[in-house]
Amino acid sequence: MKYMLLIHQGTTPTPGTDAWENLSQEEQNEVYAAYQELNQTPGFTPGVQMREPETATTVRVEGGETLTTDGPFVAVKEALGGYCFFEADDLDAAIELAARIPAARMGGAVEVRPIAE
Amino acid sequence: MTATLEHVFHDEWGRVLAGLIGFLGDFELAEEAAQEAFVAAAERWPRDGTPANPRAWLVTTARNRAIDRIRRDRTLAAKLQLLDVRVTTEDVVDETTIPDERLELVFTCCHPALALDAQVALTLRTLGGLRTDEIARAFLVPEATMAKRLVRAKRKIAAAGIPFRVPPAHLLPDRLAAVLAVVYLIFNEGYGGRGELAAEAIRLGRALAELMPDEPEVRGMLALMLINDARREARFSDGAVVLLHEQDRSLWDLDQIDSGRDELDRGLALGGRGPYVVQAALAALHADEPPDWVEIAALYGELARLTGSPVVELNRAVALAETGQVEAALALVERLDLDGYHYLHATRGELLRRLDRVAEARGAFERALELVHSDAERRLLEGRLAELEG
Repeated sequence: MKYMLLIHQGTTPTPGTDAWENLSQEEQNEVYAAYQELNQTPGFTPGVQMREPETATTVRVEGGETLTTDGPFVAVKEALGGYCFFEADDLDAAIELAARIPAARMGGAVEVRPIAE
Repeated sequence: MTATLEHVFHDEWGRVLAGLIGFLGDFELAEEAAQEAFVAAAERWPRDGTPANPRAWLVTTARNRAIDRIRRDRTLAAKLQLLDVRVTTEDVVDETTIPDERLELVFTCCHPALALDAQVALTLRTLGGLRTDEIARAFLVPEATMAKRLVRAKRKIAAAGIPFRVPPAHLLPDRLAAVLAVVYLIFNEGYGGRGELAAEAIRLGRALAELMPDEPEVRGMLALMLINDARREARFSDGAVVLLHEQDRSLWDLDQIDSGRDELDRGLALGGRGPYVVQAALAALHADEPPDWVEIAALYGELARLTGSPVVELNRAVALAETGQVEAALALVERLDLDGYHYLHATRGELLRRLDRVAEARGAFERALELVHSDAERRLLEGRLAELEG
């Protein structure tokens, strides 16, 4: 099975923000170490890094007219913050991997979605 | 259908279906095949006689139906390849080669990636062998809603890759708790009045105890269900709830209470001190005449530590009052953050009454009446208020 893991940062401190600077060096290192371990897990494929949700522009077309709004489709806190892929035997393995993504324990959540094959 | 045939079907459905899912790796296909096999049996057995080994007959027939179905369906060519290999090695099905995969099935149905109402419905459908319309009736939802719920759950199992297996050791405690929660929820739905669900939950509990004989919490839950269910007949009188100490004990099923105590003893012997074992011990103590309220209060204290539940603390207060410590009980009740819960006010009213604080007791019972939903509970409270006036 292949899964896409959608990372919603929620209130998770992310690099480049004040909240991130308020973390201790040790806490910052733990986040980096967690991602490093994920990257080394067999079956794991990282996604590309996305800039913060505040930089998003949302586009919709109504009656042939392109409408844009500032910000993500959902509230900033609920916005997609990143993604990755994982090839695993079953959902249990994907859930265990998702639980190792720092956002899952730091104020965000990870959505596990099977990929159509 | 004759009664015996229906009985065989009810007993065999879960095992036959579990084995088929394990064999085919496909929930929906397995269920369709099982259904066809049971329909075939209903037609043939009364005519040709029940086969010597009904289960083997059902499994073989269902497997053959499934294989036929796959052969017809060209798009499942890959699955056919897989099946061909296994069919040659498992051509003749006899009792000894049918693995019991009900445990794998129950852990799949109670997987936390499924919504709780779907876990409950799926468990009743697959393991319990209840029909969709029966489950819908039991949970007071339209049959179409229940059918949709079941289909969606089965699709998610397949699409999301929910495994068909007993979880590995590091996941087992959490997953077992989820399974027990589902079975106990089914029991409580039944305890509230729909007796067939309570019986079904006990059947599931017995199956779990047979499949996981060394899990104390399984024994504890089975014991708890058996003892509570044994008092069913005495719980209501003229549509009003009857409190335990006022129940007519001649209506209790004493044999069932004894078998509940046996299960509890097994759970305790296995070193069980979990929430179900403690609740079962409490149920057993409540069935004693007279109940040992000191011991009961102590066990509620233990349960409150395990669960952190204020409702358990409320029960501890009731037990404390029975030991004579009414003031202490009232102080405990008044510390609890349960203002929206009618039992809190009913208990408070009862304690105040015992302390001869009649006006306050009346206020508490009236508050309880505002919050109560069940008619049977309402009648009990109205009775208490009337006594207060008299």
